[in-house]
Amino acid sequence: MPVNFTLNGQPQTVDADPATPLLWVLRDHLQLTGTKYGCGIAQCGACTVHLNGQPVRSCSLPVSAVAGQQVATIEGVDSPAAKALQKAWEDLAVYQCGYCQSGQLMSAINLLEKKPQPTDADIDQYMSGNICRCATYTRIRAGIKHAASELAVEVKA
Amino acid sequence: MNQSLSLSRRLFLVRGAQATAGLTLGLALSGRVLAADGYSGATTKSVEQGLEANAFVSLTPDNRVIITMKHMEMGQGTYTGLSTIVAEELDAAWEQVEVVAAPADVERYKNTIVGMQITGGSTAIANSWTQMREAGAAVRQMLLAAASAEWKVPVAELTAKAGEVIHTPSGRRATFGALSAAAAAQPVPDKVTLKDPKDFTLVGKQMLQRKDVGKTDGSAIFTLDVYWPEMLTAVVAHPPTFGGKLKSVDATAARAMPGVEAVLEIPSGVAVLGKTFWQAEQARKALKIEWDAGNWADQSSEKLIAEYRALAQKPGAEARSEGDAAGILASSDKVLEAEYVVPFLAHAAMEPMNCVLQKTADGVELWYGCQAQTLDQKNVAAVFGLTPDKVKINTLYAGGSFGRRATFDGNYVTETAEIAKAYGKPVPIKLVWTREDDTRDGRYRPLYVHRVEAVLDDKGSISAWRQRVVGQSIMGLEPQVVDRTTVEGLRNIPYAIPHLRIESLNTSLPVAPHWWRSVGSTHNAFAIECFMDELAHKAGRDPVEMRLEMLKDHPRHSAVLQLAADKSGWGKPLPEGHFQGIAVHESFSSYVAQVAEIARQKNGKFKVVKVVCAVDCGIAVNPDVIRAQMEGGIGFGLSPLMYSAITIVDGRAVEGNFDGYRVIRMSDMPAVEVHIVPSAEPPTGVGEPGTPVIAPAVANALFAATGKRFRTLPIGADYFV
Repeated sequence: MPVNFTLNGQPQTVDADPATPLLWVLRDHLQLTGTKYGCGIAQCGACTVHLNGQPVRSCSLPVSAVAGQQVATIEGVDSPAAKALQKAWEDLAVYQCGYCQSGQLMSAINLLEKKPQPTDADIDQYMSGNICRCATYTRIRAGIKHAASELAVEVKA
Repeated sequence: MNQSLSLSRRLFLVRGAQATAGLTLGLALSGRVLAADGYSGATTKSVEQGLEANAFVSLTPDNRVIITMKHMEMGQGTYTGLSTIVAEELDAAWEQVEVVAAPADVERYKNTIVGMQITGGSTAIANSWTQMREAGAAVRQMLLAAASAEWKVPVAELTAKAGEVIHTPSGRRATFGALSAAAAAQPVPDKVTLKDPKDFTLVGKQMLQRKDVGKTDGSAIFTLDVYWPEMLTAVVAHPPTFGGKLKSVDATAARAMPGVEAVLEIPSGVAVLGKTFWQAEQARKALKIEWDAGNWADQSSEKLIAEYRALAQKPGAEARSEGDAAGILASSDKVLEAEYVVPFLAHAAMEPMNCVLQKTADGVELWYGCQAQTLDQKNVAAVFGLTPDKVKINTLYAGGSFGRRATFDGNYVTETAEIAKAYGKPVPIKLVWTREDDTRDGRYRPLYVHRVEAVLDDKGSISAWRQRVVGQSIMGLEPQVVDRTTVEGLRNIPYAIPHLRIESLNTSLPVAPHWWRSVGSTHNAFAIECFMDELAHKAGRDPVEMRLEMLKDHPRHSAVLQLAADKSGWGKPLPEGHFQGIAVHESFSSYVAQVAEIARQKNGKFKVVKVVCAVDCGIAVNPDVIRAQMEGGIGFGLSPLMYSAITIVDGRAVEGNFDGYRVIRMSDMPAVEVHIVPSAEPPTGVGEPGTPVIAPAVANALFAATGKRFRTLPIGADYFV
């Protein structure tokens, strides 16, 4: 049965088993591959997307649950926070293998949109759902702070 | 939007870049240089008999410098490192450098340390340093010769800088791209002149943008992201017990499920081919399988540890012996003894194992994060009865590996080939392992038991040390044959000990042993450096002072140890509830010392708050990549110290996913401060050496905090927040 939702700002119709996790709809049905599979049980955060602006684990969300909702993936983010974070990730060479980084960025974008000047405790809280086996955690932390300060400058200017 | 089209376009662009190259250069291992036309491997200039040509550098008329990467990128920064070396000698502008993964071609792209095309053992920079320098320098020389001929000026008046050739007296200049065709017509230099390191402008100098691009916007292509028209996804039901095998399968229900194309018996289990992953996975769950559990079904980690403990009481194979350790130990009434136990560990790369394969007219083609091209070619060829050259490998980014993807038997790659062979139809097949498939496959860092005994003399020096290690041989050797991977970091224990004996005993189990980031050093550094700390305390000595005295013949160990101690304020007062521990270890010819600082939390548990790391890896090609690898190596080593273990019960792995196989998260990660020792020595690897040092450093800090010795890993959530 077709499921209709909004994906990265565009209307989308998918003909898939409604129990199919959003992750596999994005990947196998829509070939939108930036969102990654890492665990399938909402433990690692590699599949993080935004549902109505909130980070969710798309591996554990049946596509039927997003009917009529707004879904954003790494391919569709373009807010000032998203751009600042992506730039910080490049400038500070945050990533290593890169496989988890779409999910890391999706969580970090939500953090900065909620808390423009996050503390270390905020970063621990918002980012501890995203595993990075390369352990780029120190640079993710630095990248978030760097992006936050760049955004603060932009706001003043 | 059709993403599979955009992928093909992307792959085509990569190939196209090679095809349109104005100049591609091949480099002979002898130092002679050849011009070649690139991707196909055919040379445009005569190749001397017996010379092995490796093509590395292409220049395009539109001024791009394309460097062929013989090593795969799994996050370790190799694409950036190799590019830096070539660009340095070529005097290219960093921004014009692009990279392309080498095809599988052992003659051109072998790892010169290992002798086959493979990435591992922290060898990428070490084996490529001179080769990449010569490749860059040769192209530079040809560009200068081309400009000299075109402009009718002496070569001596020409220089190259940031992607241009410049005639200083006249101010005339031209880009590499503009000169590429003329350079291709130049004779190949017989020998090249390399830069004096004092003239380096890229090596060791700058923070360079990484060359493994596309990793912040979702555009980077990993194996899982390959979508070809008509492609099917395969999942495989494997025997749940190690050593088990298929007895019978009833696939009636599975075959009737939507999207299911085939259910196939293959040597490693039962494969389900579906139009999508989800359909294949649902059908796998519907298979009714009877397994033969094999003869390991009552085995457990607990039983293995008991067996290993008993084995550690008896002599093993001699890995090193100096003086008379047995005699000193037998005659002393003050023998200090400790036993260290480390569990099986899964690599748990973020991207579980996967592979895409398609049968072609005369062979097969694969797309995946290939780590061992030469081995995989051989294994895949054997499945189809082909010669290895008919196996074409497109190496993609790997979502982590930590040693996992380079296997002797091809493992998941061979499995993909078996599925394609059994299916028969020439459509692309993507094998997808779930996290559970990946975690429960085996290929673990083996479980080991160490027994260490030592005697301190009256002056508080170690007079005798005997250490036995019991566990699986990664190389599959007989029980009483020394496996160098088991004793690496142990056989070469650097401390001056007059009576020293190192022994190892190999066991053999149905769970496949495998190399895991820093291999033998993962357990040897833990046992050695914890016991050193213990002996220093027994002798009433400072652990740094005692080590330094015993490292007089090892200046590089001493230097990193001293540097880490100095930068961490070792021995100085710490804030209330803070404690430090230190360790030093050499692996893969790089030297690392770390001071871990832990802080007691309100709940009485601890947090590792800071690590000061000193590293000597010879010439620092990319200081920022070195820092990144130390940070990541420390994080990777913290997981098995704090939480990670694969536990065998009833012949199977208990842990299957990150809920049971716990790894560190953001809140567990300490601040890391990296200090690189300035060096003129040839560069050595950094992918692994940061990992083995952290566990003993933290365990020693925990002793400082609690007075307890931690000799079994993981230490567990009882002690960490």
